[in-house]
Amino acid sequence: MYSILKKETLNTSVIRMVIAAPLVAAKARPGQFVILRVDAAGERIPLTVADYDREKGTVTVIFQTVGATTLALSRLEVGDSLADFVGPLGRATRTEGLRKVAVVGGGVGCAIAYPVAKKLYEQGAEVCCITGFRNRDMVILQQEFAAVSHRLVTLTDDGSFGEKGLVTDALRRLIDSGERYDEVIAIGPLPMMKYVCKLTEEYGIRTVVSMNPVMIDGTGMCGGCRLTVGGEMKFACVDGPEFDGHQVDFDEAMQRSGMYRDEERHAYEAACNLFKKEVQ
Amino acid sequence: MANLSPNRNPMPTRDPMERRRDFGEVALGYTTQQAVDEAQRCLQCKHKPCVGGCPVCVDIPAFIQCVARGDFAAAYEVISRSSSLPAVCGRVCPQETQCESRCVRGNKGEPVAIGRLERFVADWHAAQTDAAVTRPAANGHRVAVVGSGPAGLACAGDLVKLGYDVTLFEALHLAGGVLVYGIPEFRLPKAIVQQEIDTLRQLGVHIETNMVIGKVLSVDELMTGGGFEAVFIGTGAGLPRFMGIPGENRNGVYSANEFLTRVNLMKAYQPGSATPIRPGRRVVVVGGGNVAMDAARCAMRLGAEEVTVVYRRSAEELPARAEEVEHAKEEGILFRFLSNPVEIIPDDAGNVGGVRCVEMELGEPDASGRRRPTVKPGSDFVMEADCVIMAIGTSPNPLIKATTADLETHRWGGIVADKTGATSRPGVFAGGDAVTGAATVILAMGAGKTAAAAMDKYIRDKAK
Repeated sequence: MYSILKKETLNTSVIRMVIAAPLVAAKARPGQFVILRVDAAGERIPLTVADYDREKGTVTVIFQTVGATTLALSRLEVGDSLADFVGPLGRATRTEGLRKVAVVGGGVGCAIAYPVAKKLYEQGAEVCCITGFRNRDMVILQQEFAAVSHRLVTLTDDGSFGEKGLVTDALRRLIDSGERYDEVIAIGPLPMMKYVCKLTEEYGIRTVVSMNPVMIDGTGMCGGCRLTVGGEMKFACVDGPEFDGHQVDFDEAMQRSGMYRDEERHAYEAACNLFKKEVQ
Repeated sequence: MANLSPNRNPMPTRDPMERRRDFGEVALGYTTQQAVDEAQRCLQCKHKPCVGGCPVCVDIPAFIQCVARGDFAAAYEVISRSSSLPAVCGRVCPQETQCESRCVRGNKGEPVAIGRLERFVADWHAAQTDAAVTRPAANGHRVAVVGSGPAGLACAGDLVKLGYDVTLFEALHLAGGVLVYGIPEFRLPKAIVQQEIDTLRQLGVHIETNMVIGKVLSVDELMTGGGFEAVFIGTGAGLPRFMGIPGENRNGVYSANEFLTRVNLMKAYQPGSATPIRPGRRVVVVGGGNVAMDAARCAMRLGAEEVTVVYRRSAEELPARAEEVEHAKEEGILFRFLSNPVEIIPDDAGNVGGVRCVEMELGEPDASGRRRPTVKPGSDFVMEADCVIMAIGTSPNPLIKATTADLETHRWGGIVADKTGATSRPGVFAGGDAVTGAATVILAMGAGKTAAAAMDKYIRDKAK
């Protein structure tokens, strides 16, 4: 069950894995997510579906090694299996009626932005993709994005690949140059999504963001993933993960995402030490 | 010779100061001698009032008579005719308001300790390694049970014994529902739940975990492509409620569901578990039910210095079982009655720093028959806290409702079902908290059993 069929390194810390999960593949749509456990003592973590193949019965996930669980996941190889892989969870991206869209991806968030861009492109929308990374070593999925966008702008913070600057710089320039988007879809780190929303609010462009908070069950049971959207409590797992970005309380979401920062760092360091010992 | 003592045999329990820092079971269970002695207190009433208090109608005097003469195998046989989960019910049923409340011995003295005897018999049976399970003859019909909590387990158990080919779907990675994610180890050891589930498996029930029905497959798909002739929905009431007060999304505020799931299902208290939990030094638990007691006692076991249960009514209205409240008090849990939080106050880092509460007074009885609490003006006070656990109730999960056309539900989310569990959709039955809203393990079990009988009748009628 849930065996790893393909593993590919996209950059120094980002990995793409193709997992055998026919039931998930049969239903998955862009914007939805899965919850997985690496092994029997593992924690449940949510990962957004990066791609799927209904015929082959496979689901692709792309993740960055940031903590103990993603580190353990990154150590698995083709032929290994995951303990659990459940989904698709959450609501799919609503793309109906969109004719011209700017898809903004930041860092590993591009992995989630890509299937959305692809879906829009396939339904005939004019798609402008703006992808941003810290530096050239972090850049991922450029060929994939190029294949599904009418315009692709890539930026790095230090200018070591593409343009130097932030995704908001490119988005503002495009809007100012007369591009009229029905919608902006922004997926990336919380501060990036926050500033994209601030920008589009100025211009009155509807903006959708994908939230990825701490979560256990993914079915509405724990409430750990709650956010404030338009002054109301929402659960990212069942009400989202996508929300109207202009309604999301990002400052609260950022605070909540740091809930287990200390525990996560300890666990990550412990896992690193363990793997180092194994190597020695 | 009847035992005429007005007092029941006390349940041996672990020392509170020792048990409050670990997750080992609190109540140790009767010895054989205690069980036989207690069973001899039963008067074997002809009219069996106790049976009327049992949601699944266990023939209580009959099993107790077997215990009294030392025939524990026969006692188990009597219980298992009506109950699928005796080891669980013997531990978590509120017997004091059910069977035991009707016991004639209770008129002058204490009622017979029916729950403790049930637990004794179930544990005795579990310890017999030669207990063989024989698969019932197959009847060739397939049925699906959605949700593996008490309702689903009871329903699946009865259906498989009738010869059905039963598939039990569970959304989480482990079967058992609230018995696994909610009720803590120290009250219901998970090995016991596992044993019950293993028995179902040996009887032939297929258990499929990681199956979120409504997402992975819909109820309609189960009935068409899946080839299931009838479906039972026992998805519980898993959606946590919050108070809607300022600061509730601060770090350090948990729903009881999240807190208990991290501890019980994900084993966050064990060193090898990858799931983190922030247990807190000063913990405030809001609510007065069994879930509030479980959360408070878990927080204590995780090392909290001070745990306080804040409840808006008085001690008399506490919905939790008296035994659980007693155990909590013994373990040093504090209670602040007639108080209600109005705001979570942040610390300097923006995490939970305290809880602002108001004092309450009890007025006229409300719809629930309990006196309605009202705010005492100008009674604000602040409790220091770094962890707040909201245990103020749950609602049914909307996933099935949202994905099953023509399935009638109440406005509050519960599935509409008749006495037999039949819903507005032919072939779809429901029971447990998904129908009633949050209630007890035994009521859910009873509903699962009733629905199993109705599903059997539905399929047999259809085949005619």
